[in-house]
Amino acid sequence: MSDLVLSAALPGLTCVMAMLTAAVPVTFAIGARLTFASSFVLCAAGAVIDLTALIGGAFPASITLPLGLAGQSTVLSLDGVSAVFLLLVLLSGAAASLAARDDHGHPMATAAALPGFIAAMMLTLLAADAFALVAGFEAMSLASFILVVTNHRDDSVQAAGRLYIGMAAWSGLCLIAAVALLAPHGAGFAAMRAAPPEIWRASVILALALLGPGSKAGLVPLHIWLPAAHASAPAPVSALMSGAMTKVALYVLIRLVFDLAGPAQPSWWGVPFIMLGAMSAVLGALRANMETDIKTILACSTIENVGLITVGLGIALAARGADVPPLAGLAMGAALLHVLAHGGFKTLMFLAAGAVQYGAGSRALQRLGGLIHRMPITAGVMLLAAASLAGLPPSAGFASEWMLFQSVLGAVRLGGLAFQVMACVLAALMALATALAAAAAVRLIGVVLLGRPRSPGAAEAHEAGPPLRWAMLLGGLGVVLVGLFPGIVLSLTRAATSTLVHTTMSDRAGLFGITTASEAPGYAPLFILALLVGAALLIGTIMRARAVQGHRAAPLWGCGFDASPEWQPHGDPLAQYGGSSFAQPLRRVLGHSLLAARESVDMPSPGETRAAQLSISLQDPTQTFLFSPVGTVREFLSGLTDRLHFLPVRQVLTLMAAVLIGLLLYIAVVEQL
Amino acid sequence: MSAIAGAIALLFHILLMLATAPLLVGLARLAKARLVARQGPPLLQPWRDIARLLRKQPVVADSTSWLFRTAPTICLAATIAAAALVPSCALGMVGGAEADLIVLAGLLGISRAVLALAGMDSGTSFGGIGASREMTFAVFAEPALVLVIFTLALLTGSTNLDAISGITISGALGLRISMAMALVAACLVAIAECGRIPVDNPATHLELTMVHEAMVLEYSGRHLAMIELAGALRLLVWFSLIVAIFVPFGMSPRPADTGALLLGFWLLGLIAWTLKMSILSLALAAFETSRAKLRVFRVPELLGMALLLGLLAAILLFVSQGFA
Repeated sequence: MSDLVLSAALPGLTCVMAMLTAAVPVTFAIGARLTFASSFVLCAAGAVIDLTALIGGAFPASITLPLGLAGQSTVLSLDGVSAVFLLLVLLSGAAASLAARDDHGHPMATAAALPGFIAAMMLTLLAADAFALVAGFEAMSLASFILVVTNHRDDSVQAAGRLYIGMAAWSGLCLIAAVALLAPHGAGFAAMRAAPPEIWRASVILALALLGPGSKAGLVPLHIWLPAAHASAPAPVSALMSGAMTKVALYVLIRLVFDLAGPAQPSWWGVPFIMLGAMSAVLGALRANMETDIKTILACSTIENVGLITVGLGIALAARGADVPPLAGLAMGAALLHVLAHGGFKTLMFLAAGAVQYGAGSRALQRLGGLIHRMPITAGVMLLAAASLAGLPPSAGFASEWMLFQSVLGAVRLGGLAFQVMACVLAALMALATALAAAAAVRLIGVVLLGRPRSPGAAEAHEAGPPLRWAMLLGGLGVVLVGLFPGIVLSLTRAATSTLVHTTMSDRAGLFGITTASEAPGYAPLFILALLVGAALLIGTIMRARAVQGHRAAPLWGCGFDASPEWQPHGDPLAQYGGSSFAQPLRRVLGHSLLAARESVDMPSPGETRAAQLSISLQDPTQTFLFSPVGTVREFLSGLTDRLHFLPVRQVLTLMAAVLIGLLLYIAVVEQL
Repeated sequence: MSAIAGAIALLFHILLMLATAPLLVGLARLAKARLVARQGPPLLQPWRDIARLLRKQPVVADSTSWLFRTAPTICLAATIAAAALVPSCALGMVGGAEADLIVLAGLLGISRAVLALAGMDSGTSFGGIGASREMTFAVFAEPALVLVIFTLALLTGSTNLDAISGITISGALGLRISMAMALVAACLVAIAECGRIPVDNPATHLELTMVHEAMVLEYSGRHLAMIELAGALRLLVWFSLIVAIFVPFGMSPRPADTGALLLGFWLLGLIAWTLKMSILSLALAAFETSRAKLRVFRVPELLGMALLLGLLAAILLFVSQGFA
């Protein structure tokens, strides 16, 4: 019976994918709300099927579909790696579909593109030949582009959309080149595995994978599109893009480098992963402290988390190359656990950000505040997700970060002095990134949820509608479970880890916690939770027995100012700390050098009645050192071609004749050889 | 049977830590006063303050939320959880297997984050300024702390506090320059995390210099009592941590090593621990008396020094030992 269920997993998932694809044209007949509902049902069903397959562990399974290019058929396959990522995509897709039902007048094109987006991600994950992989990846880019430009009348959204489609084209191009290099003997993954590329070809594939799918995942230096695009899309789409799509890109990266490029690579392959990952982590976390739009902040934190995952992948790759299976298993487990944990809490965070945007009418930090009073459920969910964002025990974010730190500690045994010093600096950078993320989480929560409202919209905010509320509550439950039972979640990644690094964490992960080596002390979230609850109960008992009960409410002490006037029931909102002021110390110490953050004060001279103004500017180093120079070169080249357009007739004819003669000469020379 | 005995021992340990923490602060205050030729408050004054605060009804600003009222409990609970994991006078306690240094840093991070949120919730500039500075200092303290942990893990092969103490106490490590550097770095981090001079002044109420005090300015009554207790306990946790890592001598060995729970060993451990805590407290008083508080933007430089020391400690290990 169970064998029957397991063998039906891949056909079942294929059906889910086909029905999601069918929902795209059908949307225009049945309407947006019904599409979201059916997308939710399909994703939930798919998640159940996938979970069954993960628990049963009957991998790999593959089917051949009679579709595709002329003379070709499409091969789909489900193995441990794709099943883990598929679980994230389907759960995140279910939450996003449910949340999208909270009616905010999504246009029909958006409603149609959402199931298409999920289906494209599924195709990328299930693909077992080059054409299906590229088709899925490109469809994913296209569908998400349509979703990003939903509010295309907004100028900033248009700019974000242009940047996004450009970067998507670039990553697609790199992926096609990488796949082409892998497939001299056939387009199927099996043929690629049978003939692994030699070292120079493999190195080019590594570079292409990091530049193409890596940029789609948000890795430095091609991360610049991510904050803009994720902030522009509607909230459920941002949740899917940050929670799931960046992970699908990581999956493609893993598939290319760990699986298709051969069973063993030299140890140094891990180094570019580690370096790019560490830079992404620090830069993303620092930018999350500087930005003033809640969705941009969350997108920057995605860059940070993708960086952390990439560091884990790099250590796993280096350990696999150096043949240290326990460390490879630990690092791979850390990366996969963080994929699931981050996918969960970031989806949750973006849904909550959507609730804030709809409920309070703004995404700008300086127009929010005090939402915890009027949006209790959203606030609770945001607090829960923020604990993971900040990496506090026993949340979902902490377990994987703990494993990641342990694998960095283990990495010193992989190489010579240079590698050891790098591991040491890496540990410091990762600590910097996590501490920055904690500061960003406190800033986000403190400014958005706490304190006094900073605008009438925030003062009159209303709680999210039932579908969004349910999506957040169910997602929150999932994130809590991941945090408390990381060992169980790790056991789901068993097949993936053994496929990728030929070892597992199964002897080191259990119901009660995870350890670095069997029989060694480790991290036990349930014990930590019990300690915290026990301590809180102890305090409660003592306070009830010894302290004066209750409390007295009084107006806020305003340094001697009178009570608030009628028309400002919450006092002057600017008399409290805001997002920009909270970030000031970090902006001056780190932002000045890393993000070129500058403050300028426009102080009116005595007698003038206009207000003084403080303005802050910052620029991403990639913009300064990569994109701006590329833009300058492009301008220069287009200037040159412009000159050709306006040549007089005589010169045009001369030019054509010169080209003709040149070509003839070239042919003559080639013929001679 | 042994599980019940272990739980009782853990509870005893927690109560011991809770009872001692304010005394440690009292001793430091008394010593500081005596060093500048003042009479100083009695040793029990912090406890008396806490008892006085418990008798007063808290006044809470009406724009604050439930988070403001529960933050003191969460902050104290997280600090107690950290205290439960740090060994005081005996090795091999119930929490020993879970006393991971990274988890410990996370637990102290909870109490810091929750207080920072409470500071933001009060909706005043004071609360915000304190929260912002506290989180900024943590950004610079955390990498230094991780490098200290890194060095220790390289030397002992574990990030578990109980295991590290066990190896240090066995004398297998000997005297090492790396350990000395890690010790200095750990002390600098401890000063920053506990908000002592030169990073923060626990006795000030001057707007421009406050960090921790600004964050908790709006608190009163039992809430303030909990926060004061948590602050004192955090100092004790850091002291115990440093002692357990670098000078664990005199600690009672694991029950498994002696064959039984020996009361004599415990008594010896208790005396050694009390002695070490007192010495550290006096040293802190002497250090604080001889230093002025740093400007806020100079603190990252101080912590940068700690970071550099941590880095050097680890690199020195690589060079001298040739790990491979």
